[in-house]
Amino acid sequence: MSIHHSPGAGDLLRVENLRVSFGDHEHQRSVVKGVSFSLAPGKCLAIVGESGSGKSVTARTLVGLTGGRSHVWADRLEFDGRGLLGLSDRQWRAIRGKDIGFILQDALVSLDQLRPVGKEIEEALRLHGWGTRASRHERAVELLELVGVPEPEVRARQRPYELSGGLRQRALIASALSLDPKLVIADEPTTALDVTVQAQVLDQLEATKRRGKALILISHDLAVVSRLADTVAVMSDGEILEYGPARELFNRPKHEYTQALIDAIPSAESRGARLSPVSRRVALGQSKPFQRSATPVLQAEQLTKRFRGPDGVHRTVVDEVSFTLEQGETLGIVGESGSGKTTTARLALALAEPDGGEVRLAGERWTGLPERGRRERRRQITVVYQDPLSSFDPRWSVEQVLLDSLSRDEHPSAPRRRARIRELLELVGLEQEHLTRRPLQLSGGQRQRVAIARALGPEPRVIVCDEPVSALDVSIQAQVLDLLSDLQSELGVSYLFISHDLGVIHHISDRVLVMSEGKVVEHGSADDVLIRPQHPYTQSLVASLPALERPAAAEYTPAPVPAPRSKPAIPVPVA
Amino acid sequence: MSSISSAPPLGPAVARPLSLPRWLARLRPGVILAGLVIAFFAVAVIVPSLLAADNPLSINLAATLQAPSLHHILGTDASGRDLYSRVIYGARQSVLIGLGATALSMAIAIALGGLAGLAGGFVDAIINRGIEVLFAFPVLLLALLFVAVFGPSATTEIIAVGLGTAPGYARMIRGQVLAVRDSGYVESARALGHPYHRIVRRHIFPNAMRPLVVIMTLGVAQSIVWAAGLAFLGLGVPPPASEWGALLDAGRDFVTQAWWLEVMPGLAIVLLALSITTIGRYIQQQLEGGIAR
Repeated sequence: MSIHHSPGAGDLLRVENLRVSFGDHEHQRSVVKGVSFSLAPGKCLAIVGESGSGKSVTARTLVGLTGGRSHVWADRLEFDGRGLLGLSDRQWRAIRGKDIGFILQDALVSLDQLRPVGKEIEEALRLHGWGTRASRHERAVELLELVGVPEPEVRARQRPYELSGGLRQRALIASALSLDPKLVIADEPTTALDVTVQAQVLDQLEATKRRGKALILISHDLAVVSRLADTVAVMSDGEILEYGPARELFNRPKHEYTQALIDAIPSAESRGARLSPVSRRVALGQSKPFQRSATPVLQAEQLTKRFRGPDGVHRTVVDEVSFTLEQGETLGIVGESGSGKTTTARLALALAEPDGGEVRLAGERWTGLPERGRRERRRQITVVYQDPLSSFDPRWSVEQVLLDSLSRDEHPSAPRRRARIRELLELVGLEQEHLTRRPLQLSGGQRQRVAIARALGPEPRVIVCDEPVSALDVSIQAQVLDLLSDLQSELGVSYLFISHDLGVIHHISDRVLVMSEGKVVEHGSADDVLIRPQHPYTQSLVASLPALERPAAAEYTPAPVPAPRSKPAIPVPVA
Repeated sequence: MSSISSAPPLGPAVARPLSLPRWLARLRPGVILAGLVIAFFAVAVIVPSLLAADNPLSINLAATLQAPSLHHILGTDASGRDLYSRVIYGARQSVLIGLGATALSMAIAIALGGLAGLAGGFVDAIINRGIEVLFAFPVLLLALLFVAVFGPSATTEIIAVGLGTAPGYARMIRGQVLAVRDSGYVESARALGHPYHRIVRRHIFPNAMRPLVVIMTLGVAQSIVWAAGLAFLGLGVPPPASEWGALLDAGRDFVTQAWWLEVMPGLAIVLLALSITTIGRYIQQQLEGGIAR
């Protein structure tokens, strides 16, 4: 099913009924099933969808990078008046970079590790026979400056690993823009970046658009998309479900899938509400809710941790961090990468020893003990990681993973343990059939459910969640966040919830701790901190957050100005 | 291309049993051939009389240094012994030396590499320096030294080759242990409060060993070649044993008159080593396509 529309006369790109499949004749797998869109210069088309929706393949088709085992058909695939179907590799190379620039998600793998970024850009110019050696160097520096790289002369001589994530991504953009292509395709250009850096990169893309370039933005993040897109295509399972002007689509989504995507975004407004349409009802079985107690379940006082870097210099990664976590509440820790969030989590779990300060678990000493003194009490505090797959022994089935989490003292008999595993599965919404699978054979959301089940196995009072939803699609993220909320209200378990995503933190946390460079810069109730931030750092974080707003093509607001955190007026279903 | 490579979420199990014809169809001819060669030499090791009718030690001075013919398909040696029988009967010793040396070097490597990886710090540094010192000597030189001191025999050959190849494996195991020790699942097990010895037994050891299964296969082939090399230098099993290296050594004097005395045992060594390596690589590919991470 494709949605047809009448292409305008001045379109740079016209795609009609594009189909892509992979595999040989026997095992054809359709990935893109009849997609149509068009794009005019100076406009931005966003293709939105979850992983596996075919959005990246669609983008790659436009630069001829779908790979050797792919088959591409289309009724029309025209760029700048010429057909793109059936081009040879050589013809594609002439177009790629020169007429169509392509920006990939991960700058660290897309850039040559051993080549200075300036040379990388010069190489792109050289391949298309642009200028002389000297003029190419000049142009590279100019381009770096154009995309907002400070000290471009110095940066041009540096290699990708010497640059921060944001600078790398901007160098990649510079290299994609080097030959002044008419169309720029950006595939998840900001997904791996911190919010403040993301804002800078989006600024650059916006500036590109204003210079009259056509932009195709591939993203799973509706908020990012809403900042740049004029037109949005919502893709799922290889088809465009909804296609239209961005403003209209976000305000009055016609398709229920678009609506569900918008509903699934956690934010200030979604607090206390369900994000996913799935409802659940489980029996608690052997698990019994914790009673509220006067002592906080977890207390950190003046935690300090230093690491010695490769240069021999000690760096303070966690600097006098204090917090308390009460029974049944969620304390969110938010900060950018390198802010010391994860080290704080490891200190709370006593997987690392603090150099100063202490942690108390349920009022008793937790750090500064020999491991022997902690082992019995470790069942009171468990952990869920960002990447569940690496936290499972690759040889083990789900059943073995869950069995491993159960205490032999509390569940002495095999039937009892099996009964407990069935309960855990039910608690996290998995089926009996998943038990024999290996985690590798599960989807991302199912893996995270297994990880949560394992964390629940020992009946902990506290679960430390270290970026538990950061690797998941929005709709799966919504389900997992809902699951965590349900478990909290049913079991009274407390969460120490770490995330870089302000929306997620605001949605789930009762109280919030903002960390920067190892220090707590601000703490308080979620609304106080994230709606009325006092500290300049928190203010800049909140301002950088691209909110799902009504895009106004005419106005352009630079990043540091706080964007209004408004959401389309859609009634949020309350569970 | 994440959206292409990502497996369907509820797809069939990876380790789905294949029906036999499809499983066979997926094997490359080279792998089948290698399998047949290994099967042939396996029979030679276990019941050599099944493959060679002639006694490998029966001297026939009437038929010395005969070129390969229908009667003696690989020819005869200077004492008129059937070379084919000698190669077949010699397989046992060559293969046992290869297996023994690999087992020994693995045992040493697991002990040293495992200890270095698990203990870390000072112990790691000491073991590492020791391994590096051993690395500085060529394997053959170490082995030569050892045989020179203890005299040539199958046992000394096993020990010599085993010792010589151990440092390489030890370093590999240390790397594996380090990688697994810092993995997410080991940390998860620690967070669950499992005692350290249990984590070592249930997570670190089995996962660190996984890639070594293949390397061990390749090691057997390599050890056979090393052992043959030692024997060629006259430091292997003493005559009249027909270990392959010893056959090469014995044929050296007649290389101008009887080329087959050098070529045929050499061919046996190459064929077996190549086949084992092929199978090893095949297993490696299968594992990596499956659950290797």
